[in-house]
Parts: sequence; structure tokens; C-alpha cells
Amino acid sequence: MAQLLLELFSEEIPARMQGNAARELERMARERLTAAGLTPERLVSYAGPRRLTLVVEGLPVAQGDVSEELKGPRVGSPPQAIEGFLKKTGLKPDQLIERDGVYYATLTKTGGPTSEIIARMVDEIVRGFPWPRSMRWGNGTLRWVRPLKRILCVFDRQIVPFDIDGIASGDITEGHRFMGNGQPFRACDFTEYREALAGHFVVLDEADRKATILKHAKAACVARGLELVEDEGLLEEVSGLAEWPVPVLGDMDPAFLSLPPEVIRTSMRTHQKYFALRDPKTGLLAPHFLTVANIEASDGGIEIAAGNARVLSARLDDARFFWDEDIKVGFEPWLGKLSGVTFHAKLGTMAQRIERIVALARQIAPLVGADPDKAAEAASLAKADLASGMVGEFPELQGLMGGYYARAAAMDGEIADALRDQYRPMGPSDTVPTAPLSVAVALADKLDTLVGFFSIDEKPTGSKDPYALRRSALGVIRIVLENALRLPMGRLVSDDLWGFFADRLKVTLRDQGKRHDLVDAVFALGDDDLVRIVERVEALSAFLATENGANLLTGYKRATNILRAEEKKSGWKNAPSYLRDAEPPEETELRRALQERDPYIRAAIQDERFGEAMKRLAELRGSVDAFFEKVLVNSDIPEERENRLNLLAEVRGLMDQMADFSLVAG
Amino acid sequence: MPALKTLSFQGLILTLHEYWSHQGCVILQPYDTEVGAGTLHPATVLRALGNKPWNAAYVQPSRRPSDGRYGKNPNRLQHYYQYQVILKPNPADMQDLYLGSLAAIGLDPKLHDIRFVEDDWENPTVGAWGLGWEVWCDGMEVSQYTYMQQVGGLDCTPVAGELTYGLERLAMYVFGVDNVYDLPFNDPASPAPKTYGDVFLENERQQSAYNFEVLDVDMYRRHFEDIEAQVKRVLQARGPQGQALVLPAYDLVLKTSHYFNLMNARGAIAVAERASYIGRIRDLCKACAQAWVDQQEPA
Repeated sequence: MAQLLLELFSEEIPARMQGNAARELERMARERLTAAGLTPERLVSYAGPRRLTLVVEGLPVAQGDVSEELKGPRVGSPPQAIEGFLKKTGLKPDQLIERDGVYYATLTKTGGPTSEIIARMVDEIVRGFPWPRSMRWGNGTLRWVRPLKRILCVFDRQIVPFDIDGIASGDITEGHRFMGNGQPFRACDFTEYREALAGHFVVLDEADRKATILKHAKAACVARGLELVEDEGLLEEVSGLAEWPVPVLGDMDPAFLSLPPEVIRTSMRTHQKYFALRDPKTGLLAPHFLTVANIEASDGGIEIAAGNARVLSARLDDARFFWDEDIKVGFEPWLGKLSGVTFHAKLGTMAQRIERIVALARQIAPLVGADPDKAAEAASLAKADLASGMVGEFPELQGLMGGYYARAAAMDGEIADALRDQYRPMGPSDTVPTAPLSVAVALADKLDTLVGFFSIDEKPTGSKDPYALRRSALGVIRIVLENALRLPMGRLVSDDLWGFFADRLKVTLRDQGKRHDLVDAVFALGDDDLVRIVERVEALSAFLATENGANLLTGYKRATNILRAEEKKSGWKNAPSYLRDAEPPEETELRRALQERDPYIRAAIQDERFGEAMKRLAELRGSVDAFFEKVLVNSDIPEERENRLNLLAEVRGLMDQMADFSLVAG
Repeated sequence: MPALKTLSFQGLILTLHEYWSHQGCVILQPYDTEVGAGTLHPATVLRALGNKPWNAAYVQPSRRPSDGRYGKNPNRLQHYYQYQVILKPNPADMQDLYLGSLAAIGLDPKLHDIRFVEDDWENPTVGAWGLGWEVWCDGMEVSQYTYMQQVGGLDCTPVAGELTYGLERLAMYVFGVDNVYDLPFNDPASPAPKTYGDVFLENERQQSAYNFEVLDVDMYRRHFEDIEAQVKRVLQARGPQGQALVLPAYDLVLKTSHYFNLMNARGAIAVAERASYIGRIRDLCKACAQAWVDQQEPA
């Protein structure tokens, strides 16, 4: 058993592509090796700024013989067909195998040396690598994410010889671009490779780069009495930008702290890839930043810190320019500008969209406890910041800037908050707005988006959801549920869109561990109140988790099956059941139990005391079981039979008040 | 820091000229038509097409009317300089050559943090794109580095490597100056030392006012239409050797691009209209690119 080490060394690979590239490299190699009958013991891949690396452990040095069965013509086919098959396979007639009336040929290929298979595999991987975008360079036709410079490929400590578009394989690679001696070096196995890289200032493993960054960043912060504002996405990115990551702490002019902290953080993050720092005592942003350099500078990083600080100042100067200009301009001119901006070719201008949101907000306000006039006012201002300079520069600050600018213009605090919170929740980890005015505007924003795109048939399909409609629907659901809002959704959305909400709610409830079929069973009632739907689903879940509940469901199913069969025959007319002479006591008892509980259960459902309704329903279990055990529904006496069917229909009818149990699995 | 020719804006330019001249580049002078970026100089846009090798370097004044700040912003200008290098086909050691140019102007990679950060370049008005990086020095974008894949919708074969240095920004960085107008333009020890502000501040003030407040949008709209029609006519005409008149046609395309930028800065172009204008310029540019490639002789 032997080891394969492959390194594809290129010019700088975009940070965001590295993780996926490592996974693809591993997948492609695994598929090809397995297909060649060389099942490896272990595959590991690594990605960094200038290299993709693959290590395969436990490969045989030669491939075993591989036999392959080819399907040929049917027995009794014309002679030409059979001759053709013999020619193709190079076999004699007596070597064919006959099975199920078909000829088969078994071909045995002698296995080749593993290194030949590796050479072919690398060629295929390089030429077919699924980079999101790739390019050509120089006079060549090969495509890679950026120019590919070297291929190190050693198997069992020997170079696997091949050439891809003029790049010959070898056992040589390079270390850090600037640190170390800059000389290429040789590596014949993974241990040598990893050590030599470290000696040439390259941390191979992304996980190690991340750990190093965090460790040194935190140490640098502690030394200055600061705290790192952790940011996993940023950490991921910067760890793909440095082969030898060195955190450097720099200073920012404290005067910039008068800007909103989100502006400072966004500028630091999107433009400069800096971490923000805060004062652990106050929790507020501190006038410093942390950048991750790719070198241990000869002066200890003084120039790097100073240079980055100057760049940040220039960036924040620009942000301040936008802030000052925006405050001078204000909402009215922005709204004027937006009237000429198309929201979507089929959905009109931004001004038209604003009008729709205003109308919706006014309609929703009384339902969520907000003042309709104030909601309309907030909605009319909500989109203005899209025309501001700051949002033009940092689109992700939409809404938030509107809130700041509203406060700066001394507008009503509730209105400012509604502008700030209109896009929330922005993701699963974001909280939902709770202030009534904010809720009204946030719902109006999302519902307009959903109603609009559904009306022009731009619905999400499969993985395509260009207008993030799923996120909008989920946002509505979360706002409604988390604020326990009682909204008649049917009045706000079309049937089509309501179906979309139902699907989203199912996904949400399923993620919380609720059963899919229970959601269907409740939805079948046609209720359009999300809060009530969820409460029913929860009561139903609890009910079915009890023994009585599960048994009653069985009884329900049995009753339904009988009734369905009868309904098909259509001889039977549903009517109230009545007490007949000489009926079995179990029949009388079931009717009594049902009649006794009926008003309580209906009242409990009416009052949305679903837990209690379910508890009372569960009490029927004994009577239902006894009925099925002792009473034959299919009586010879037509009146008796009909009366029993009616009794079962009453059981079904009562249970259906709670949910459509026929949709419940089990 | 190794000494530049002089510690001045023009010294920086001279150093780059000397460096790239030494690498065998043709050192050109700026193109005499307004352009939004050095790439639009025919020495890049047209010469990136066709199969003949071409290595050139030049300074190009670039006009970005929307970036005007009336001379009040220390970093943004509506008229600034780009240093442009095009190497076709790109040599295998182009990154090293580029780093050599940084060393020549005094940026020591063992002291400064130099990074190649993903930046896919695209210029929809000329139907061009390429992959490459922004090059960062201590967090400052000092250059754009691109392997050009297509121009005018046509494949670049061979591929040209393109380098664009933002000269003011680079100079500010190298000289440690925080305000562009404070940059020494010539040798500070000369009898008449001038700063960048002495040379260009007034221009920024006047041009910003013109771009944002004064320019007559209707006139530029008319000019745009007129020139658009002319490009089509010129490309139909033939020169003394029977060739299409690509070069004058392309000059006209550059005018349409500049007029579009002016109207855009004035806020006169609605979002929907924008895409249409860009599409019209791109169509003109594609026509020029195709005509240029058609008249290239095989290498």
C-alpha cells in the first residue's frame, strides 16, 4: 500500500472558492480511483491561497485485473448481430454466456500500474475541474481558476510522469511568496511536504490558519484591553487570503466613532476585511481594527498597521461624506428620485411599490395594534434610503440607514424604528420586530414583495429563488408566530400564495420536529390563522403521543374506511343516530359518551383550548374500542346498519372539528 | 525605502516608465480623447485582440464625472491618472514582473503586506471581461491585475495581461500623504515646487460644477445620437488600402462613452435607460472590435 500526494500550485485562488475546491478535488479523485478498482483507505484535501492539495493513503501499487460484463444481442438474433458482437468483444462463439435469453461477454482487462491510472486521473481532474469561473492565460488553451504553475504528483515517493498542456509533473513546489528563502523545494511524501511548507512559511490546513488567526488576534486584543468582535464569515475569508496569517492591530481616529457603528463595521468588513474591536467594559466599538497580514514584517508590522490605518481613514472619510450629504438631502428628494426608478419591469416603479406598501401597512396596522395613519406614514418613508448615498455604497445597510436618518431628522422614534426594522428578520439567526408599528411595516414590505411576484408568476422553483421569496414568506411566518398575531391571511394573499405559506410553515414546523402529516391534517380545515394552525398542530402532536390518542386514531381510521366504502356505494344517507331497542350496550355507550362530550369539545375548539379538546376526545377511546370489538356494523337489518354508520359518522364529524385525521399517518 | 528618481508624482511615473521600458514595453503617451479608464485606450482595447504580440505601457488621464467632489474630498477626483501596462501574451512570470515594479517604486514586500485579492474585471460598455485581482498593499488597492479573456465580445487569443495602477493613490501611499492635493507634483527642492493641488484643484472645482450643475443634458443626448449614427457610417467606409476605418470609428465610440458618463453624473439617466445606453455603446464597440480583428494579418 502506498501514498499519493498531489499539489496543484497556481496563482492566487479566490478565497471564497477554496473550501469548495478542496471538496471537489477529493470527490473527483475518490470517484475515479473507486471506478478504477483502487479503493483508497483515506483521502484528505486542503486548499489555500496558492494551492490545492490531495493526499490519498493506502493505494495498491498496481490495479487488480478488472472484469467487465457486456450485454449482447438476444439469443436467436440475426447472425450479423451476433457476429458484430463477437467482433466487438474479440471473443469466440463458445466464450459467450447465455442468460435469460441474452448473450453476455465477460472481458478481463489486466490491471495496469496505479501510477498510470493516477496520471490519467489528474489529467481529467485538471481539465474538468468545476471552478465557478475559469480562465485561459498566455498562449495556452488550458483553463484553471488562475494560471496553473506547477503540478507536484508523487506516488510511493516516485514522480508520476505526465504533462498537461505544457506543465510537467514533478516533486517540486514553492513556499511563501515573500517570506523564507524563496527557493523551490522537493517533497516526496506528505510528511516531508507538510514540514517543508511550514519551514517555508505556509500553513497548509485552513483549520490551522483559522486557529492561528483567532489565537493571535485575541492575544493582541487582550494586550490592549480590547475584545475581538468575532465574525465567522470574515474569518473564513481572511484565512483564504494568507498562507502565513499574522494578525496586526491598528488604530482608528476616534472621531469616526460618531458614525453609526454598523457603518464602521460594514466599511471595515466589506472594503478592508478588518475585524472590528470593542471595549469589553462598555460593549461599544473601540477606535481600533484588526487586519490579518500575510507576512511577519521585518519591522514587526508597524508600517502595515500605519498603512492600513490610513486606508481605513480614507474609507471612513468617504462614509462620513455620504453621511453628511445624506443628512443634508433628506427623505423628500430621495422619494422624488425613486419615482423614476423601476422596481421591476412588470411591477412598476419604486413609487408605485411604495404606494402599495402604504396601503398594506394601513390595512394591517389595526390587526397588529398599530396606528393606521402612523403606519402609512412610516411605510411612505421606508424605501427612501435606497436613494441615499450610503445605501448606494453599502446596500446591506438599507433600512438601518433610513432609521438613522429619520432620527437625525427628528422624526417620531417609532417611525424611525419601523424604518430600521422593516427588512427583519434578515436570516434565521436574526430576531423579529416586536413594536406594533415596526411589525406593520415589516409585514407590508414582505407581503407586497410576495403578492407582487406571485401575481406576475415569478415563483421560486427548485433551487431558484432570485427574489428571495422563501425568505420573505418565512419572515412573515416568524413575525406572526413570534408576536402571536391573529391575522386572517386569506384576506391578505391569494390561494396560490397561501399554499406557498403553507409549504413554508410545514418546513418550519418540520425543522422544529413536528410531523409533516399533522400540518397537512390541520391545513385541510381551511383555517388561515397561522397562530391557530400551529396551536392545533401542537395539540395534535401531544395527543398522538399518548396511548389513548394513538388508539383513537386507529378507531377513526377504521370508522373512516367503513364510511368511505359506504359513501361510494351511495346507498346510505347520513342522519342522526338514535337509540334503538335491543341494541348492544357498547353502541348505546358510545352514543352517550359522544353526546356527553360533543358540546364541551366544540366549545373548547371554539375557544381555542385545543389541549382540552384533545383530552376530551381521547376519553372516547374506550367507547370506540369497545364498539368495534362487540358491535357488527354490517348488520343484516338495514335500519340497524344505517344507524351504526350514522354513529360512526358522528365520531368522525366530531374528530374532524380538530383536524382531518384521515391525513394523519399511522 | 530605495530612492525614486525624485520624491514626486512625476518621479513615480518616470520610475514606472523606466521599469516597463526596461521590460521591452512600447512607452506610449496618453490618448487624446476623454476615457473613463486606461483600458479604453485603443492600445489596450484593440491591441488585446488579434494574435500579434504587444507590450505597451502608458499614462492615461481618466475621467469619472460621478466621482467629482469639488476638490473637497482628499481621495476622490473626477479626473485622475492611471498607469496602464499590457503584455500580450502574458508572460509566465507576469506576477513577478509586477512585483518588481512595486519594488522599483519603493514598496518592499518584506515590510509591506502585499496581497492578490479576487476581483473579476468587467467592462460592460466595451463587452470585455477578465479574471484577476485587486492588488493590496497594507490594505490599499494599488493596482488592478487582469488576464483579459474577451474584448468586444471576442475571445482574446492569446490572453493579454493587463495592469492598472491608480497613480494618485499609489503616490499618496508611497509618499505617506493623506490628501491628494498635497502630493508633490515635481521635485519639492526645485525652484518652483508644485503640489498636485497647484496643478489640479481648480480643475476639480470647475469640472465638478460643470458635471453636476451646468452641463446641458439635451445637448449630450443629441451628440450621442449623432455620433452613434456616425460610427455605423464610418465603419462602412474604406481607407486607402481598402481597410475599414476602425480607429476613427473607435474614437467616436469613446465619445459616446464619455457623454454617457457625463449624463449619468448629472443624474439624467434613469435606471431602465442606463442598461439601454450601455447596450448601445457595447454594440458600437463590438462592431469596431470585429472590424479590427478582421483586418489583422496572421502573425
